[in-house]
Amino acid sequence: MQRQLNKNGELQHLLTIEGLSAAMLHHILDTAESFVGVTEREVKKVPLLRGKAIFNLFFEPSTRTRTTFEIAAKRLSADVINLNISASSQSKGETLLDTVNNLSAMHADMFIVRHAQSGAAHLIANHVAPEIHVINAGDGRHAHPTQALLDMYTIRHFKRDFHELKVAIIGDIMHSRVARSQIHALTTLGVPEVRVIAPKTLLPKGVEHLGVHPYHDMAKGLKDVDVLLMLRLQNERMQGALLPSAQEYFKYYGLTPEKLALAKPDAIVMHPGPMNRGIEIDSAVADGPQSVILPQVTFGIAVRMAVMSILAGS
Amino acid sequence: MELPQTRDILEKLAKDIRADLTGDVILVGIHTGGAWLAEELHRMLGLSTPLGMLDISFYRDDFERIGLHPEVKPSDIPFDVDGADILLVDDVLFTGRTVRAAVNEIFDYGRPARIRLAVLVDRGGRELPIEARFTGVKLDLDEHRMIDLLRNDSGGLELRLRPGN
Repeated sequence: MQRQLNKNGELQHLLTIEGLSAAMLHHILDTAESFVGVTEREVKKVPLLRGKAIFNLFFEPSTRTRTTFEIAAKRLSADVINLNISASSQSKGETLLDTVNNLSAMHADMFIVRHAQSGAAHLIANHVAPEIHVINAGDGRHAHPTQALLDMYTIRHFKRDFHELKVAIIGDIMHSRVARSQIHALTTLGVPEVRVIAPKTLLPKGVEHLGVHPYHDMAKGLKDVDVLLMLRLQNERMQGALLPSAQEYFKYYGLTPEKLALAKPDAIVMHPGPMNRGIEIDSAVADGPQSVILPQVTFGIAVRMAVMSILAGS
Repeated sequence: MELPQTRDILEKLAKDIRADLTGDVILVGIHTGGAWLAEELHRMLGLSTPLGMLDISFYRDDFERIGLHPEVKPSDIPFDVDGADILLVDDVLFTGRTVRAAVNEIFDYGRPARIRLAVLVDRGGRELPIEARFTGVKLDLDEHRMIDLLRNDSGGLELRLRPGN
């Protein structure tokens, strides 16, 4: 497997949270804190990556994540090229690595990769020349490290310290790369109690080996929780045998004000977006005083700026 | 080589600035030593204007060679830069590259009326056409000799020459 760190211990690629030290995660969050100020100024960009070519390689449709990477790169003064590959070369039969070779020949400096196959970003990182950096923007069910980092940034911003928190991840743990990355980040940063709450059909077997406590019941799982990390329930899950119906899911696992009241009074609610209102989250919660879903989006830009500049400088 | 007392250099610098002080000058220190110095001068001059702090890591010209500084601090410019009279403060003026970066960063906050520069030590060795308006002391140091501003627990500032080879 591709190592993310170079021989000096610096981050060469960001492929997964797994294996990164708490010090490295805090270094990324600290750097992001400096970028938050930049994005609030009159001129919202710095010249750090001027002249760099960053390619958004999206083999799976995503408007939101691609846009946040694009904004982050532009605020670092890089040139950004967006490629939605599902629509072009792949349909003409070009392989993944042929696509990467072609773009490398155009002097790409960084690839941001989203792919439905787990391991796609690793494959590219193993293949490219040493001066090229790769960021995994979501691969299959495996990892989505920048999403987890922006979630950690948001938790640190509102709760300050990780060491006394109870954090619950709620929803489709089984198919979620976001949940996997969140679990690794939370345990690395020293959160003593990470819970996962989901119906049995959406909890992977052996999830407790990742250091989390599984719950099937919201009433028990949410008790005394400080942070609620909601997951998006993907519509295609409804078509199989995993779930009876959206209404049924909402009844048991949808986050309503009544269920939220079981958590600590100052608990915060997060969601990676896009939300399914009325399926995994009630509008009264999504738009309520405990929701920090929009700050997550703002911090996400700063976190991605931090990751890009740390990689480009390694 | 014997360094003059840091306190004496500070007094001289504060005196020079005071002689040319206008009411609305705003001090902006460059992280880390310059920020300490700006705090101290702000106190010594009895200023009531806000105090700014710049971390120029995102504006350095050596990012390509050495990457991002491992401990970036957020810049803090708690005033409207448009039309402001800014006195940029740094501990040691050497190549001038730090000041170049700081001036560029300030312009991303707005268009100041004026920027002047105050430094505790001007050690020569300029690589850019940049000079300080106020200088505590001029030292003629060998190119490889390093000088640092340190701050002790009680907030006192002290210049220290690193041992030469």
